[in-house]
Amino acid sequence: MSEINSTKLLKGIMADYFKSFFPSEGEKPKVAWCTSVGPSEILTAFGYQVYYPENHGAMLGATRTSNECIPQATSLGYSPDICSYLTSDIGSHLLGKTPLTRAYGIPHPPRPDVLVYSTNQCHEVQEWFSYYGREFNVPVLGIHPPWKAGPMTTLQLAHVKDQYLELIKNLETLNKTSFDYDRFHQVLGNSATTSKLWREFLNKMVNRPSPATFFDSCIQMGPAVVLRGLPEANDYYRQLNQEMDQKITAGEGALEKERIRLFWDGMPVWGKLRYFSELFKENASAVVASTYCNSWVFDFDLDDPLLSMARAYTGIFINRSEEVKEKVLAGLIDEYQIDGVIYHDSKTCPHNSNNRFGLPQRLQQETKVPYLVVDGDLNDLRCFSQEQTTTSLEAFVEQLSE
Amino acid sequence: MSRYFCGIDIGSSYTKVVVVDENRSIVGHEVRKTGISFDQVALDALDEILAQAKIDRASIGRVVSTGVGRHNCSIRDVARPEITALAKGSFYLFPRAITIVDIGGQDNKVIKVGADGRQLSFKMNRKCAAGTGSFLEEVAHKLDLTIAQMNQQAANAERSINVGSFCTVFAATEIVHHIRNGEKLDQILLGVFESIYKRASEMDTITDPVVLTGGAVAHAPVLKDIFQKRGNISVLTPPEPQLVCAMGAAIFAYEGSQAQSEEDQ
Repeated sequence: MSEINSTKLLKGIMADYFKSFFPSEGEKPKVAWCTSVGPSEILTAFGYQVYYPENHGAMLGATRTSNECIPQATSLGYSPDICSYLTSDIGSHLLGKTPLTRAYGIPHPPRPDVLVYSTNQCHEVQEWFSYYGREFNVPVLGIHPPWKAGPMTTLQLAHVKDQYLELIKNLETLNKTSFDYDRFHQVLGNSATTSKLWREFLNKMVNRPSPATFFDSCIQMGPAVVLRGLPEANDYYRQLNQEMDQKITAGEGALEKERIRLFWDGMPVWGKLRYFSELFKENASAVVASTYCNSWVFDFDLDDPLLSMARAYTGIFINRSEEVKEKVLAGLIDEYQIDGVIYHDSKTCPHNSNNRFGLPQRLQQETKVPYLVVDGDLNDLRCFSQEQTTTSLEAFVEQLSE
Repeated sequence: MSRYFCGIDIGSSYTKVVVVDENRSIVGHEVRKTGISFDQVALDALDEILAQAKIDRASIGRVVSTGVGRHNCSIRDVARPEITALAKGSFYLFPRAITIVDIGGQDNKVIKVGADGRQLSFKMNRKCAAGTGSFLEEVAHKLDLTIAQMNQQAANAERSINVGSFCTVFAATEIVHHIRNGEKLDQILLGVFESIYKRASEMDTITDPVVLTGGAVAHAPVLKDIFQKRGNISVLTPPEPQLVCAMGAAIFAYEGSQAQSEEDQ
């Protein structure tokens, strides 16, 4: 399998990001916690250093610390059926144990001065952030965009923009300062560039053989999530894309053999990334596109920053109607020349499990591309059967190869 | 010269071995409890078949393993997933467009096969024992009956008592509840077997005709009746429902050997 050399640089960038919350000298930064597709640009423009609990949730999953943490939250009354990012993260807080210590030498997630969520991705984030609001006695501010949006109306977007203005007013009061619109413009500009570069990276996988896979993207997406709005992310993606171009020119694929091209819908199974990556490799199948990694591609219009932010963040895939999702998926299946679609039915993430309302069946009828549903979870490995998954995936690949 | 071909299905409860000749006719088969020595149980079963049929191991041209222990089989030439082997075995026995419903020890499968024998789609049960052979074993254990006794009682029941829980443990408590309420055991047991049909029919649309396979079907023929009546569909049952997957693997072994010979020429 072809390695991505830029990843060495990525580790340093992520380390710098986490360590910057705990400077060895000088004043500690103001910290805002934000949901991963929340209005982080507003927070950065206010001078906050932005921390993303979902990123921590993914780390807990990937390091398999989750299964130690989830029961802690469950015993406190947080059901094992709710978001396992939430239960992993709260459990980690209760245990006083974080993978950030081993990875970056920091003792615990940075303490927040304010918590800002958006329910564009799901409604459980509200309860997640409310827990920490009580725990740290800090304000919790929320954005509530329209849910499962079809074509987005002017009225809907104006309502979201109004909520941003309200958020800005509340943060001005908290910070005893006026919002710096010029700085915001600059931050959103950086974010737009990050998004453009990240989209370019994902688009490289249109090539045959694909220079990278979904499992690479799950690692490479770090800066697009936690550093958007800052120049560091952009420098990294320029280098990464250059490396991808070299691989494409050399005809170097991520897999030695790429016989089948697959699409992954829904959340990753974080604790099983390596298992999946190996299994697909053994079956000469490259997962070349996903809805998950595409979720950090935004179109910002700097002429109307707040409205365009409302459009971009309300319009994320997870927050769209079934009709819109179907159309987006059909487009990606065509663009990436997909042979089969895998839907991850994530037990504790119903909002990002797109197999629950007959979409796979409708889409197969339309595109003639077969699908497979894999039962599992983003973090709770008790909901995942490796044996059953292996059998299903091997049989699916055989079916596609016939 | 190779004259025989072997399919080995190492399932979670039972290991099934089938040996076929060049006409794809079965020359011997064996079913054994899988236990914990996946490879050894398969080897022992194969040796038993070879001894009975007076065939030596060298006459076996190719071995295809399948089932949960397929990668543990040391004498395999190739391992194939059981879904593909079931499709192959079922189509060999019933060469037409079919829906296969397999009730196995730890999982259920619904597989659709086209008129040309191509596997079109498949579904497996979720990570749950409800509606599987394990569910029947659990009920048999609780009631201190054999599956054959359960089958006989259910076959004589005039009506059924609904057993509707999604969870095996909850279904067991539901049965206790019915017993406590004085319901007749044969009617409860018919409800238990009907719940297998309900779980399977929720997995996918079931199109006519259905081929019923798997150990649960072998031990509880009442299931055929239930599928026919409840589903209003025609049901085809192989003479040995438990062997279909191993048979499919044996056919793969035969075909693989033929392809190899053609390549060599």
